[in-house]
Amino acid sequence: MKEMLTKQKTALDVEKIRKDFPILKREVYGKPLVYFDNAATSQKPHQVIDVISDYYQNYNANVHRGVHKLSEEATEAYESARKKVANFVNAGDSRQIVFVRNATEAINLVAYSWGRKNIKKGDEILLTEMEHHSNLVPWQILAKEIGAKLEFIPVDELGQLQITNFKSQISKRTKLVAVTHVSNVLGTVNPVKEIIRQIHELSTRNSSPAPKVLIDGAQSVPHMPVSIQNINPDFYVFTGHKMLGPTGIGVLYAKKELLEEMEPFLSGGEMIMEVTLEKSSWNYVPWKFEAGTPDIAGAVGLGAAVDYLSSLGMKNVRYHEKELTAYALETLEKVKNLVVYGPTDTEKRAGVISFNIVDDKGEVAIHPHDLASILDSVGIAVRSGHHCAQPLMKVLGIPAAARVSFYIYNTKEEIDKLSPAIEKAKKIFKV
Amino acid sequence: MIEDQLYRQAILEVAKNPKNRGEIERPDLEARLVNPLCGDEIKLQLKIQHPTSKIEEAMFSGNGCAISQASASLLAEYVVGKSIDEVEKVNSSDILELIGINPTPARLKCAFLSLDTLREALKDDAEGQG
Repeated sequence: MKEMLTKQKTALDVEKIRKDFPILKREVYGKPLVYFDNAATSQKPHQVIDVISDYYQNYNANVHRGVHKLSEEATEAYESARKKVANFVNAGDSRQIVFVRNATEAINLVAYSWGRKNIKKGDEILLTEMEHHSNLVPWQILAKEIGAKLEFIPVDELGQLQITNFKSQISKRTKLVAVTHVSNVLGTVNPVKEIIRQIHELSTRNSSPAPKVLIDGAQSVPHMPVSIQNINPDFYVFTGHKMLGPTGIGVLYAKKELLEEMEPFLSGGEMIMEVTLEKSSWNYVPWKFEAGTPDIAGAVGLGAAVDYLSSLGMKNVRYHEKELTAYALETLEKVKNLVVYGPTDTEKRAGVISFNIVDDKGEVAIHPHDLASILDSVGIAVRSGHHCAQPLMKVLGIPAAARVSFYIYNTKEEIDKLSPAIEKAKKIFKV
Repeated sequence: MIEDQLYRQAILEVAKNPKNRGEIERPDLEARLVNPLCGDEIKLQLKIQHPTSKIEEAMFSGNGCAISQASASLLAEYVVGKSIDEVEKVNSSDILELIGINPTPARLKCAFLSLDTLREALKDDAEGQG
């Protein structure tokens, strides 16, 4: 009876899930692995590992070229992965899904192919202070090259975007707004649907064309239900390896009319329609953007990851992580000299918690790198550093932070190991 | 235990109360390096005695983890009084000996940031002479 009650309480059968992940059996320094670095990359279930090995063992061939059986099977698997991914994020027509290497490459593709053609000297690009470097650096380079200007939506002390006034930051020259769906440092879930709605409302009122909107979904798609058609962005990017898939496969969603007018990013084989010695014409979308032999195994693996997550239900995944996050926040709150950054309301926060140990003056007392090393010594894997978000660290007034981030296989029992490990670090560092 | 190797009490003391921390007003050589992985930052400044080419003063500044800061402090202390030729020969095993711990592979970068900064500063000298 008691067991049934606990099972009802959590939305996922975590015990069963954990059995699917071979890596969770391993030990680190003789201690069971507690993997809390999921915002960096997730672990992979055998269902994903197996389909990749099955592809190489049974139907490895190049896609879209051969007429032979193996090539047919490989093409079918590759294209069916595209459809699975499109369904998973409710993207509509699967030809709006371009396979790339990762979210970073997807943003670079947009900056290169769309940005260079549509952003002119004196135009503006509106970003936020909480972007990952991947959604900042490509725009810095583009802006410098073209002579465009970058603007930033500020972050308040709770780690939330200050959007009450953001419309005043949009001018006639704003050609692009690029916002992360979930902060990789603070876990803040940004109201991207509302932001896009307001942008469109503003442009209707001013009868001027709306700036295009790019959403970085690297930290949202793995952890919560995402409907791209409902959010209605022009571009939406995410990566496979943070959502149980292999490394090397990422996704760019773009509205079809945009993909059609965009120039190719990389060129060569696969992306062409017809080639003469003088000139070439481009393949249909999305293949126009998939030059060269793609990561077929990666796509097939991502397809299996999406199947796995769908079988759990993304609402349940989100619910599980909310529970863990609330529990972890509660646990960390009890640790003296510990400060947590970001929103306290788990409705507005994903399963990401950044924190520091501070002294009585509020200064960082244990460098997060040292803290992470001590947690590592008891088998707890956390991230430490600036999390590829140096401007945000500056806003928070800290050089770095330690970060725990959760996923479907994490448990409250694992979270219980955090406080004693942190206390151990405090003892060593005499805080 | 790994953390005992990593955080020998002596190292923590050095990190907390580093020697040779500060700025030299008119250094002969200086370099500043950042570890892009974690944002640790070390600036190393040297004052050279002429014509002996001995290091008269060495100061470091910056911020980072206990290992990077302790290593910078110990290295700055170590090079004072040595000739540039001698200091050019300092290598990574010297650093490990100085700090007396054996960091995990991921943390070696922290320990060697000060050595890299020293080499960068000396490169400056070689270029100046060239």
